[in-house]
Amino acid sequence: MVWAKMKFPFEKRVKLAQGLWLLSWLAIVGGALNFCFGCFLKTEIRRRTEVMDNSNIHIVPNTLIVSGLAAIGINYFAGQICQDALDVGRFPRWKTFLKPYCCCAIIFTSLTLIGVILSFTMRSSLEGSLQVGLRNALRFYKDTDTPGRCFQKQTIDHLQMEFRCCGNNDYRDWFEVQWISNRYLDFSSKEVKDRIKSNVDGRYLLDGVPFSCCNPSSARPCIQYKLTNNSAHYNYEHQTEELNIFVRGCREALLSYYTALMNSIGAGVLLLFLVVLASLRYLQTSMEAVIGQENTEIETEGYLLEKNVSETIVEYLNPVMKLLLLNQVQDGLVKAEAGAQPE
Amino acid sequence: MAVLRVKFTKGQRDKLAQMLWLLNWVSVMTGIILFSLGLFVKVEFSKKEELMADRDFQPVLNLLIAVGLIACIINLLGGKICYDCVDTNKFLRWKLLILPYIICSFFFTGCMLVGALMCYSMQEELQESLAEGLRDVMRYYKDTDSPGRCFLKHTMDLLQIQFQCCGNRDHRDWFHIQWISNRYLDMSKREVVDRLHSNVEGKYLLDSVPFSCCNTNSPRPCIQYQITNNSAHFNYDYLTEDLNLWKRGCHQALVEYYTKLMHSTGSTGLLIWLFELSILTGVRYLQTAMENVLRQGDPESESDGWLLENSLVETARNNFNILKNLGKINQIDTATNGDPNIDKPSTAIYGNLFNIKATAQKI
Repeated sequence: MVWAKMKFPFEKRVKLAQGLWLLSWLAIVGGALNFCFGCFLKTEIRRRTEVMDNSNIHIVPNTLIVSGLAAIGINYFAGQICQDALDVGRFPRWKTFLKPYCCCAIIFTSLTLIGVILSFTMRSSLEGSLQVGLRNALRFYKDTDTPGRCFQKQTIDHLQMEFRCCGNNDYRDWFEVQWISNRYLDFSSKEVKDRIKSNVDGRYLLDGVPFSCCNPSSARPCIQYKLTNNSAHYNYEHQTEELNIFVRGCREALLSYYTALMNSIGAGVLLLFLVVLASLRYLQTSMEAVIGQENTEIETEGYLLEKNVSETIVEYLNPVMKLLLLNQVQDGLVKAEAGAQPE
Repeated sequence: MAVLRVKFTKGQRDKLAQMLWLLNWVSVMTGIILFSLGLFVKVEFSKKEELMADRDFQPVLNLLIAVGLIACIINLLGGKICYDCVDTNKFLRWKLLILPYIICSFFFTGCMLVGALMCYSMQEELQESLAEGLRDVMRYYKDTDSPGRCFLKHTMDLLQIQFQCCGNRDHRDWFHIQWISNRYLDMSKREVVDRLHSNVEGKYLLDSVPFSCCNTNSPRPCIQYQITNNSAHFNYDYLTEDLNLWKRGCHQALVEYYTKLMHSTGSTGLLIWLFELSILTGVRYLQTAMENVLRQGDPESESDGWLLENSLVETARNNFNILKNLGKINQIDTATNGDPNIDKPSTAIYGNLFNIKATAQKI
């Protein structure tokens, strides 16, 4: 009782083999794209490690790289099998190879599927990681003299200019952080002393942002200090001014960038692999009926599974179970034999 | 007395034809490279066209693109011709076309050389154009409300951020122009009115620069206002502070960038020109060798190939005579009493040779 049966006359078999050969080369290209994508994503994440808290996100590009490489190998063999499939003399070579090959192919296709699912589900983890990472980066902005943190200022400035964003959630995060180092504060000035005394931690907080928050599309020269003070600037109203500095937060900007990258991976590539796998299985089963026949141009049947789904799963798991339960079954048998003999 | 005569056996002729076929295909690739390079340079120029005043660089760029495209076409044709040259029968098909093809290709490679050399000659014009263009853009930086100039601020800011430069020659250029619009100046304040009165043209000049001049590598937050005033900032010395703003001027940055671009395009063009010239030489040798084979009548024999049949001077004289006689086509030749059939050879040079040999053998 076969599952998903299809009839294959000779011409259809030929067409199937040719189509499959073409598809397998397309799938190799798809696998290569997958691999390149994984590498690109990995380097992009590496570039911004300073604003990410943990590196769990690396599992997504690693899965992509592995499945991409595996796809190239698997589909190369699929192409070779197709080339030999129509020649009945050469096809038996592959017979013993096909079953383990199909298992491998199924495993790696499911790996790709897992990769695609992971990239959707890791979004929230990425968001949390960025939240913590960016908060720390903002705090260490002023420490350009501390080894290990001296490049945070440059990193944040470049990030804000490139992604057109300001701060963590939005620009007001800068009001809560001291981003001007004490080295550049004149402690003899009354204004500085007042500000430092005005909060518990003794930090110099002001309603100003660094220059990298400035929006080049603004019609007026950038206002970065005394942002909330309308009277400090002519013809300026804090509530209605939108173009002066970037309003988007960097966490949101980075999140949408990485999500767009990960989503465009490809349900398309996955679909391609599934099609290749199914076609290969049909080709194999339809060719097996031809082997040993004199007339190679007869019509044969092809199917996906020899028995139905549940029976096939049981059949595949049996060897694995046997290996694990081997000793126990033997003991029982020995006891039964020993019990039978004295009688 | 031929120029650079070389003997070719049948085997050598075949090898030459095959090699030329391959080289022609490689040349198609290089033609595509030249075409895409020309396209890339055109796009780069159009991206910064607001910064270039008036000068027209389009002819050179269009020439490069056209040359790349024509190179592809010519080399495709050349490949087909060389492919057919191995077989003398197929060669007969192309016989009448080859010499005009070689002459056209020769003139075309001349165009390629001109195009490549023009890339090197653009520097002067580029410098002047950029100096003028940058000066104008800086002057109109504040006019974000005038139609046609409202994007110049955005352009200038992005330029300074991307190329890491400030002002035209250096950051002091910003001190001489008013880059803050009157819309954002509080005319009721004494300080503003004093500044406006302090210069002849009534411009609001400051010793300050826009935010896009700020250097991201600076360890301290950017100082963009009151730059020359040491006492306005704590622990600051204008003369020794070199990480605060970008030191380079945008004129120098842009000239360097575009010069590098044009020089690499010119070098690529020259290399491709040399390659095309060598292919053309090979095709000429193949053509003359094949024609001599036909003249001798035996397709398997050795033949000579050359660049020019007679020496350079004689060939020039012959061609000049042909051109002179073209003008005299309607005049009657009085030396032979107007009879056009006197003093002409009795058989044609090619074409009848096989027939004569065949008829001679029959007799």
